[in-house]
Amino acid sequence: MALLQIEDLRTEIQLKNGVVHAVDGVSFHVDEGETLGIVGESGCGKTMTALSIMDLLPNGGRIAGGSIKLGGREITGLVPEEMRKIRGDEIGMIFQDPLSSLNPTHTVGAQIAEVVLLHREVSKKDAMDRAVEVLDLVGMPRARERVDEYPHQFSGGMRQRVMIAMALANDPKLLIADEPTTALDVTIQKQILELIDNLRQRLGMAVIMVTHDLGVIAGRADRVAVMYAGKVVETTDTAALYANPRHPYTEALFHALPEKSAETRERLYSIPGAPPDLVNPPKGCRFAPRCRYVTDRCRTEPPVLAGETSAHVYRCFFPVGQLEKTVGGQLVVTEPAPVEETVSPETAVVGDVVLSARNLVKDFPVTRGALQRRVGTVSAVAGVSFDIRKGETLGIVGESGCGKTTIGRMLVGLDKPTAGQVLFGSKDLAKSSGRQYRRERRDIQYMFQDSYASLDPRMRAGSILREPLIVQGMGSRKEQQAKIVEMLGKVGLPASWTERYPHEFSGGQRQRLGFARALLLNPQLIVADEPVSALDVSVQAQVLNMMRDLQKELGLTYMFISHDLSVVRYLSNHIGVMYLGKLVEIGTADEVYLRPAHPYTKGLIESAPTADPETERSKVHEGITGELPSAMHPPTGCRFRTRCPIAQEICATKEPELKPYGVSTRMAACHFALQPPVEATQAPVASEQVP
Amino acid sequence: MSEAQVLAATEAELGLAPADKPRGMFVRAWEVFAENRLALAGIGFIVFILLFCFVGPHIYFTNQTNTDLETYLCTPSGSHLLGCDDLGYDELGRLMVGGQTSLEVGLAAAFVSVVVGTLYGAISGFVGGFVDALMMRIVDAGLSLPSLMIIIILSVIFHPTPLTIVFIIAVFYWFGVARLVRGETLALRNREYVQAVKVIGGRPLRSVLRHIVPNAIGTIIVQGTFAVADSILTLSVLGFLTLGVAPPSTDWGSMLSGGLNYIQGGNYWWLIYPPGIVIILTCISFNFIGDALRDAFETRLQRR
Repeated sequence: MALLQIEDLRTEIQLKNGVVHAVDGVSFHVDEGETLGIVGESGCGKTMTALSIMDLLPNGGRIAGGSIKLGGREITGLVPEEMRKIRGDEIGMIFQDPLSSLNPTHTVGAQIAEVVLLHREVSKKDAMDRAVEVLDLVGMPRARERVDEYPHQFSGGMRQRVMIAMALANDPKLLIADEPTTALDVTIQKQILELIDNLRQRLGMAVIMVTHDLGVIAGRADRVAVMYAGKVVETTDTAALYANPRHPYTEALFHALPEKSAETRERLYSIPGAPPDLVNPPKGCRFAPRCRYVTDRCRTEPPVLAGETSAHVYRCFFPVGQLEKTVGGQLVVTEPAPVEETVSPETAVVGDVVLSARNLVKDFPVTRGALQRRVGTVSAVAGVSFDIRKGETLGIVGESGCGKTTIGRMLVGLDKPTAGQVLFGSKDLAKSSGRQYRRERRDIQYMFQDSYASLDPRMRAGSILREPLIVQGMGSRKEQQAKIVEMLGKVGLPASWTERYPHEFSGGQRQRLGFARALLLNPQLIVADEPVSALDVSVQAQVLNMMRDLQKELGLTYMFISHDLSVVRYLSNHIGVMYLGKLVEIGTADEVYLRPAHPYTKGLIESAPTADPETERSKVHEGITGELPSAMHPPTGCRFRTRCPIAQEICATKEPELKPYGVSTRMAACHFALQPPVEATQAPVASEQVP
Repeated sequence: MSEAQVLAATEAELGLAPADKPRGMFVRAWEVFAENRLALAGIGFIVFILLFCFVGPHIYFTNQTNTDLETYLCTPSGSHLLGCDDLGYDELGRLMVGGQTSLEVGLAAAFVSVVVGTLYGAISGFVGGFVDALMMRIVDAGLSLPSLMIIIILSVIFHPTPLTIVFIIAVFYWFGVARLVRGETLALRNREYVQAVKVIGGRPLRSVLRHIVPNAIGTIIVQGTFAVADSILTLSVLGFLTLGVAPPSTDWGSMLSGGLNYIQGGNYWWLIYPPGIVIILTCISFNFIGDALRDAFETRLQRR
């Protein structure tokens, strides 16, 4: 018998102007000791499903029908007192944001002990001992000492470990992890995912892993349920789903992944439109309005969840992929994979150097007390040099806190460099100010990470777009209006939307609006800081395609900052890898990605989850251990040495210089680079990348 | 742009794009405002009291210049609906002219203090650093002064006309506004849309006037309506202490003060309750309106 059996679950949320059918007839089961992955875009009902199991629905939410059986016992409709006994005892839950889930005014030990005290007749001391025990279990170093510390004294990864410890404190049979690693860096994400998987095996519990990231569950889930618009549209075991997706939505999700097109650089497949409004969901197949194989039948008749084998079911009349037959309990794929539409790989036209950074340094003072006494310095960027050539894209990757955003901000003048130069033509932008600075903004523009935060909520789209033209005194009112309409067309927004406020746009549309604003001044260089990191994978593909198309059309130059290596690789000609304020490796995208020279680059590539179960399984125990050291007291010598698997004594005493490795166009700063050094005689006149 | 075509086509399919010109901002703001019943009642009362004070005297004629001993403390009757006070002025008519002073002084003092406080606070918060520290210490000093005592001293020194009282009240009220707006500015100036102004080459003043102040408008409006209520109250306190406007002019506070002399010894309720009740209702109404205005100006709550 399954540990958790959900039948036809329907969850509704009552809003002022209607009822949202957030979960609409969802059925699945979780067996003891297995991991079920629930995957889908935001707003498809996966979190609501998890919250329904826990009976933690938001205000106005209620379970309208169906059954949830935990170990054979019906738990819908239990009185709150009974449900409280189940929560935190039989079912543990981990939330997305570990900081807001912990109470800042209590020690982590007290918070874990509280969970134990609520469910077990134990003394406070025993509960505290249990807290230490579970903290130890989740890999918290020096658990006995750290149990008395407060949440703010822990890093993001360690806080998530505390959350896991709290969920595990009473040995639950089922652990629900709702986007447990979305707020974390890839290196930490890998550590946490491995921890959850490891604990599942040791403690024999079942796990429901809710995520939007197909890579996160690829190597860890036994079975996957794909959700769309409140319904499960496809479910089967992980290997079959990844090898042979049958529902067009699942297929589209895979096709939208930039890693799939990274080598060919062809246009990404993007799912047009947006998920349907769940107040009045479409009558027929809910995916029909966005489906590329849609027929009239899809629009009128809802498909049921069925398939050739009971192990692989999907909600579609015209499934994609191959027929499946069960031969001796093994799935056999009978037809060859379909040939994807190919676009000829483009060759980037790379011209002269547009901008070069020379030894950029940025220190932030750390002050304390009323008198702003300086107590230290955060070394955010420590001597970084690079060139950006016309028409190319330079990608910058690294964990959060590595200084990549600070570099971008220095290029556009939002932060003044402590030392170093930003050479643009013959001018040093780092020195300009006042009128000259404002005039130079026409040449370099910035695209913000969070389009919602970067657009004034009280201004209509038209005013937002007109502002740069007014500020720079470009054109008459009529010319400005014409230019705005033209630009809206370029980024794929209807011209009539100038009357709308930013909150009336969807996430992807807002990012287009932000991009249009950056383009209006005809800049030569656009610095884009994580422009797609907040977007769903299908929308991300739309924005990435748009950026590529406009780069070709207008000859734009990008500096693309992201923590996501696959996105950077897809878009960039060159990639620079940063670690704790230093550029540790830079070179052409394929060279850096396929033959990394720096151990950090290699670790980053291994940590990034790929949507391929086999690759993911084979990568266990790879990646980077530990966490980013404090930039207030960076390690001596090579800054990466504290986490480097091949560090030796010299790494602590001598700082490595950027030198060419493998091929002359790639530089890395490592004493023990993973690629052979290029002979000095072969080395090019590397004036562009003098460290 | 195939991408654009794809997008446009799907919107039509989904029926998502009723992209016609939306209704005006004030219409939408009014819809949100109208959802708040208390605020509607507040608006109703303020409109009533404005008509009462400024149109009323043209309908209900009374002599508010000369005293009349014949009607000394007369009880409410057909000719004097709310009776008369100790100088023989008709109480209802006096409520009208007194209300003119109270409302004029309240609104004007609130306006002056909110404008000054907003600009001061926004600039202080936006510039930051030493300038901010200095400007805020001035505010701290201002707030730590015993304002009522100094207001009393000032109103003794200066001849108490409505105009001087406006400035005497405003001088002390703007400190609080400045501190609130400065706090709001500190949060807003790190928002990306304020930084975006720098990226497109805009001047700091543009950030303050076009982005920070409009986005702090909720705080400012609420503070403004409180300021109206507080100013009316302060004027009432001055009037109550017989330091208000000079006779034969009056205000609601002065009327209340005059009535208090007769609270014992006789049942002269018409000298106490009418001015007291209009003061309370007016202040509450402004507070309700402020509350609803904050929501109304929140574009995210508006429907298209």
